[in-house]
Amino acid sequence: MKTLSALAATLFALAVWQAIVTLTGLPKFILPGPAVVAETWWQNRWLIAEHTWITAIEVLIGLACGTVLGVITALQLANSRAARVLVQPMLVFTQALPVFALAPLLTLWLGYGLWSKVAMAVLIIYFPITSSFFDGLMRTPPGYLDLARTMQASPRSVLWHICIPAALPSLASGMRLAAVYAPIGAVIGEWVGSSQGLGYLMLLANGRAKTDLMFAAMLTLGVFSILLHLAVRRATARMAGEAR
Amino acid sequence: MTPPPDLTISGQASIDGAPLFAPLTLSLKAGQWTCLLGGSGVGKTTVLRLIAGLATGAEFTGEIRASDGLSVADRVAYMAQDDLLLPWATVAQNVALGARLRGERVDQDRRARLIERMGLQDHLTKKPSELSGGQRQRVALARTLMEDKPIILLDEPFSALDARTRADMQDLAAEALQGRTVLLVTHDPAEAARLGQSIMVMTRHGLTPCQPPHAPVPRRVDDLETLETQGALLKLLREEVA
Repeated sequence: MKTLSALAATLFALAVWQAIVTLTGLPKFILPGPAVVAETWWQNRWLIAEHTWITAIEVLIGLACGTVLGVITALQLANSRAARVLVQPMLVFTQALPVFALAPLLTLWLGYGLWSKVAMAVLIIYFPITSSFFDGLMRTPPGYLDLARTMQASPRSVLWHICIPAALPSLASGMRLAAVYAPIGAVIGEWVGSSQGLGYLMLLANGRAKTDLMFAAMLTLGVFSILLHLAVRRATARMAGEAR
Repeated sequence: MTPPPDLTISGQASIDGAPLFAPLTLSLKAGQWTCLLGGSGVGKTTVLRLIAGLATGAEFTGEIRASDGLSVADRVAYMAQDDLLLPWATVAQNVALGARLRGERVDQDRRARLIERMGLQDHLTKKPSELSGGQRQRVALARTLMEDKPIILLDEPFSALDARTRADMQDLAAEALQGRTVLLVTHDPAEAARLGQSIMVMTRHGLTPCQPPHAPVPRRVDDLETLETQGALLKLLREEVA
């Protein structure tokens, strides 16, 4: 049923797209129709696959690093009042800066290669991960803490056995958000300076008026992001406390 | 476990300068059930939390003393209205929570005995969400007994249960906690009349002792004297409001 409705929605979107192309009679280099894009995608499938691979690596490394960093930061924040006072405003500030503005700097510092894009992905997901996990850690049901106190539990043991497990659903929702954001970070990084990746391919195709190739790359990125989100969703189902 | 001591809490509490309860002295007899009965907001839960050494948000001046002179807060086991079972842990893990939190080895035999005594042996590997309300409170009771403490603090543990399950749980708890110093905080006159070997009614003006029925606890739900006591307690509670 779920697959069926997804299929129906996709078909509907394609039909609307085709209808706009037919009704407006726009030329191919302004708005290519779905059939043209599909053909271009097939002809360039190896090229697209190559660039998708690059972007995927950036996103996955970024996701892993961002999650680890976010989890460590949230634990530090939950553990120490000083950390909350000193680090929390900075955390919010990094989120207030447009990532676009940081991308040229990161390229300058980390070069044209993989790491500036990983850094972009990390930067964009660090806040949602940290903030959701931290919120979860701070919202341990007070009854559990009372119980632990009457059982003479040490703060460390309360954190490990009660606060962290109780915060895992929050971390899971942070990670699901991150899965959607991370590709955006990587692609912005590629736009600012790179010689490979889906973002690079999109810019290249756009510059040469190959709008159909740009669409093909863009749709590939969209599908990749959705698949990544689904994969992370499934991987975090247990953490979120959902029945499998 | 040290032998159950007498407990005395005497003093007064205020929140932001406004008195929560007037100066009072509550004595719990060693090895007996004391029921503290009162309406909402009279501070009966605060009394219990003070004994447990938990945060109350109120300022307490007075003292909490055990007859053997030893500290109180580290000799209590606590059971609340919410069963406080960890939803991600199994029944067996929840029962052994105290040992796990203290980093001690879990006494497997003792746990198995308690789980069997509570009739939970078929639910060992289940998560709390798979249990009924009554079963969950039995797990909580097993967890409380697992702690093996001389002082037991019960904060309306049965008030969310249906009438039949509540009566069953009262029987089970009365039997299982026999010989320990128990404080049961409740707003239910029937519960106080069934379980109290000493019954105190708490109002804004202080504590009023009430003569408990003569039958041993847990008293039968249809015991005449118990029903009379229940009526007398309800009357006391209503007078306070009027």
